[in-house]
Amino acid sequence: MNWASFYAVISGVNRHSTGIGRIWLSVLFIFRILVLVVAAESVWGDEKAGFTCNTQQPGCNSVCYDQFFPISHIRLWALQLILVSTPALLVAMHVAHRRHIDKKILKLSGRGSPKDLEQIRNKKFKIIGALWWTYMISLLFRILFEAAFMYIFYMIYPGYKMFRLVKCDSYPCPNTVDCFVSRPTEKTIFTVFMLAVSGVCILLNIAEVLYLVGRACNRHFQSAEDSPMVAWITQKLCL
Amino acid sequence: MNWSALEGLLSGVNKYSTVFGRVWLSMVFVFRVLVFVVAAQRVWGDESKDFVCNTRQPGCTNVCYDSIFPISHIRLWALQLIFVTCPSLMVVAHVRYREERDKKYVAVHPGSHLYVNPGKKRGGLWWTYLLSLVFKASFDAAFLYILYFIYEGYDMPRLSKCTLEPCPNTVDCYISRPTEKKIFTMFMVASSAICIFMCLCEMVYLVGKRCHKILRIRRENEQLMFAESHNITVLARPRSDYSRVDLTSAATAPPASNGVSGNKLKIEEAAATSGKMA
Repeated sequence: MNWASFYAVISGVNRHSTGIGRIWLSVLFIFRILVLVVAAESVWGDEKAGFTCNTQQPGCNSVCYDQFFPISHIRLWALQLILVSTPALLVAMHVAHRRHIDKKILKLSGRGSPKDLEQIRNKKFKIIGALWWTYMISLLFRILFEAAFMYIFYMIYPGYKMFRLVKCDSYPCPNTVDCFVSRPTEKTIFTVFMLAVSGVCILLNIAEVLYLVGRACNRHFQSAEDSPMVAWITQKLCL
Repeated sequence: MNWSALEGLLSGVNKYSTVFGRVWLSMVFVFRVLVFVVAAQRVWGDESKDFVCNTRQPGCTNVCYDSIFPISHIRLWALQLIFVTCPSLMVVAHVRYREERDKKYVAVHPGSHLYVNPGKKRGGLWWTYLLSLVFKASFDAAFLYILYFIYEGYDMPRLSKCTLEPCPNTVDCYISRPTEKKIFTMFMVASSAICIFMCLCEMVYLVGKRCHKILRIRRENEQLMFAESHNITVLARPRSDYSRVDLTSAATAPPASNGVSGNKLKIEEAAATSGKMA
């Protein structure tokens, strides 16, 4: 199980997304997962081995590293990507459930030929009704998780900047000891990049929410076009 | 470890699960296996190399490491994931067995089938499914307990003091990345607990559905037997002082007393038949 099969699972959701949803998915995979796997892991690969403290006291290195890096950036980003992509599974499960119900109805009504079942498997569901709500909830969860992780990031590593030198005085380090982080500038660049892409993803999700809400309102008003209420409203607005 | 092979095997199980079962399977694979493979293995990757003791005595570090970590978290979790996902294979095996029997039956008696749908959870398969759920929940709980027992409450101390031979007196030993390890331990424990809870929900759902079905069938049978063994007569007139007149049904004018009692009789007959069918 790796990112490749994860990609296969998540891109199955692609068919039932809106256009903005597909853009979001591409941004996620190209700019976040691919960058994480190809580049960021080699930058953070030697984070523990390259963390050196100006002392020969055994154990001081480990303790200082643990104090300044409670959880590594790489793990945080991996968790963030996993948690942010899972609401899409909600939508996939809903669609699978609908297909299952459709198949059952078809079988009960006696038209269960293989061609009809094949048709159901390839049918594209419109995002209306209960599916709209599921989709909306999944979008809101995505935004929530992204924002939560950005906040956690800020809490643990204030300023998003990677320091070159830290001063450490926990036991067993004698007095105060200088410790040096490996590749701080490269790490800062990648941190800022991943954060910028997170921000772009949040904006895309918000845009998708607004788009879906707008479409739903449009549909609602179109169907109520011949109602006297709408005519009254338009009359009042024009005067 | 080839997790994708296990995943391929288990996605076939999806067909025979309930709704809870499918959610459980996705939860297991996405959260536990993915997080385990992608993140946790990296965190524990250098645990042996980076375990440092404040001594130059040869062998002390090895002995202390061995006493603090009898079995690594990673190996325990790998075992747990394997044990927990395998009871589903019992269900697949049972369905395969049913399909084989059905094929043999069709070969002997052409045109008729032993099972309408071998994958439907009836009879023996229902018990197999319930048993697989019980096993899943108990394996998860057992491993959680083992982890708790070995590491004294999921603890990951930064510093541990070691006094075994050949270490001289007491020696300070330092674990690498204890905070990150603790965070991932908590994450895996929490997802195990959620999986156990979902197994229990699924068990309750299965048993509840079955009980509901049995009660419904029993009630219908009782009604049928009652209807067959008794003559159904029209109910006696109600003893209330108020007469009930159904104004909506009367296209005819109500005032004639004959008409009123006639309507009342119709209402009571309708009530009797609807009471029988409920």
